Amino acid sequence: MLAQNRSTPFLWGYRLYVAAFFVFLAAPLVAAGAFAFNDSLFPALPWQGFTLDWFFNDTEPKLGMFHDRRLLRGLYYSFVIAVMVSSLSVFVGTTNAFLFVRGQFPAKNFFYIVMVIPLVIPGVILGISILVLASDTANYLEDGFNLELEFLRPGIFLVVLGQFSFITTITSLVITARLKKFDETMEEAALNLGASRARVMRTITLPFLRPAMIAAGIVAFLVSFENFNTTLFLVGSEAPLTITMYDRMAKVGSTPVLNAVSFFLMVGSGLLALLSILVQRDKSSR
Amino acid sequence: MLRFPGGGLMLQKDFKRLAMILLFAPFALWIVLLVVLPHIGMIRLSLREKVAPRVYEFGFANYLDFVNEPIYWNTLLRTGSMSLLVTALALLIGFPIAYYIAKLASNRTRGALFLICLIPLWVSDLIRAFGWILLLRETGVVSSFLQWSGIVDQPVEFLYNDVTVIVGLVYTVMLFMIVPLVSTLDGMDNSMIEAGYNLGGNGFTVLRRIIIPYAMPGIVSGCIVVFMLTAGSYLTPILLGGKNSSWFTEQIYNQFITRFNWEAGAAFGILLLLFTSTVIWLGLKLSGQTLANTVAKS
Repeated sequence: MLAQNRSTPFLWGYRLYVAAFFVFLAAPLVAAGAFAFNDSLFPALPWQGFTLDWFFNDTEPKLGMFHDRRLLRGLYYSFVIAVMVSSLSVFVGTTNAFLFVRGQFPAKNFFYIVMVIPLVIPGVILGISILVLASDTANYLEDGFNLELEFLRPGIFLVVLGQFSFITTITSLVITARLKKFDETMEEAALNLGASRARVMRTITLPFLRPAMIAAGIVAFLVSFENFNTTLFLVGSEAPLTITMYDRMAKVGSTPVLNAVSFFLMVGSGLLALLSILVQRDKSSR
Repeated sequence: MLRFPGGGLMLQKDFKRLAMILLFAPFALWIVLLVVLPHIGMIRLSLREKVAPRVYEFGFANYLDFVNEPIYWNTLLRTGSMSLLVTALALLIGFPIAYYIAKLASNRTRGALFLICLIPLWVSDLIRAFGWILLLRETGVVSSFLQWSGIVDQPVEFLYNDVTVIVGLVYTVMLFMIVPLVSTLDGMDNSMIEAGYNLGGNGFTVLRRIIIPYAMPGIVSGCIVVFMLTAGSYLTPILLGGKNSSWFTEQIYNQFITRFNWEAGAAFGILLLLFTSTVIWLGLKLSGQTLANTVAKS
């Protein structure tokens, strides 16, 4: 191996560099999380002692996150949006996986690249382009047919569409990779033994794909939950958590309640990410 | 098969065709309704000139505005060059880390290190930028520490300058560089490196002639995603660079939301898209890679 042929000081220097990198990686996250427990009105030093007020206290000025109506509403909208985006994108991701692994059709490679493209379009552009199309359609229907379609105006529906438009690429790639490893002779064996196509799908193919579908769903959920760029342009009055937090950070100035939310989100997404890794590992060892 | 030879086959063929159409439908709906049509709509909108209230004409006025107003194209050039710098820095800093994780760490630490790399990936940009603000602002941790240790005698403001924006951006996108690098380097056989040494190469030659060519798809994939994310980022430059960070996405936001000039905003969006696509296309051509064997694989 590369560094084994080098002298030990080099290897120690290398290790030091790696260690410094992980400190760099952790520093802002530790800062964002740690001040949630500081008994002070500002997220800054000096340390005033440990408190859980920024989570549970129910009176101003130290209103905890679990009593802050606007933050809780943001959390709720983020959750609703993320659930819709992940179920939709896992569904389309699965049909895309079958389309590209099993299907035979002209220009397949071209369409595969088309499938990847939403991932390399900046999120801001996806947001404004969907906003423009939805508004054009809504205006056209309103002027021409006197139809007032509220869901084409900025709001949860457009946010879901905007996030879905690029998250589907991620889920498709994850599920396609899994389906490629599937041994098709297992399906043939079941068909020869007299099982119907639907039954083969239900009892053999889908159970094989399940870990990838769950992992893709979790990834989609997390990416949707933390998305800001695309959401910013499509958001209506129901602001998800990232938008609520940003408003507060930019306009009101930050109090440690934002650190409490950050801590809560970091723990939540850490656990979900761990879960997605466990789901995938569990199945591949069997 | 115990079926009627002719009819059974016909039925099966029809069934297959129907299945293909059913599978193709979600894909086509997704791409056409959410990617192709919106972009056509945006191009159409960007080519509209406002001649009077609620009266529009076809024309290139929005693009001419961009060319004639140095602030606009300077911002785009600045965004582009800073994004390239961020991409290069992320590659330089990230490659040794990825190599350590994939090749030098023992089996147990490798999994743990990779996991540590992945967890911040799922922490929102907003929280990461917030963390940097808490560390670097005038009343922040670094400034307090410097005062406490006596290196400086008054608060220091580290926010709102280009270096901080670049550090913040490198931090934000770093993991998108490391993950594809680790997965390509992981697939590399160690005996290839040993062979390089046995044939008399030194560390640098082995790196240049064996490791980097092998890792090329991962390098290109990481660079594409990182460049795109940086050029399209909004939060990090705004929060760490302040109101005058001059990032191009901020111009788009201003046109759309603040000035309500959607025509100009759409034109800026098209320009940003053209710019990032050109850079990505050039990168692919120069490195001899394709989108399918880089980004699609990671």
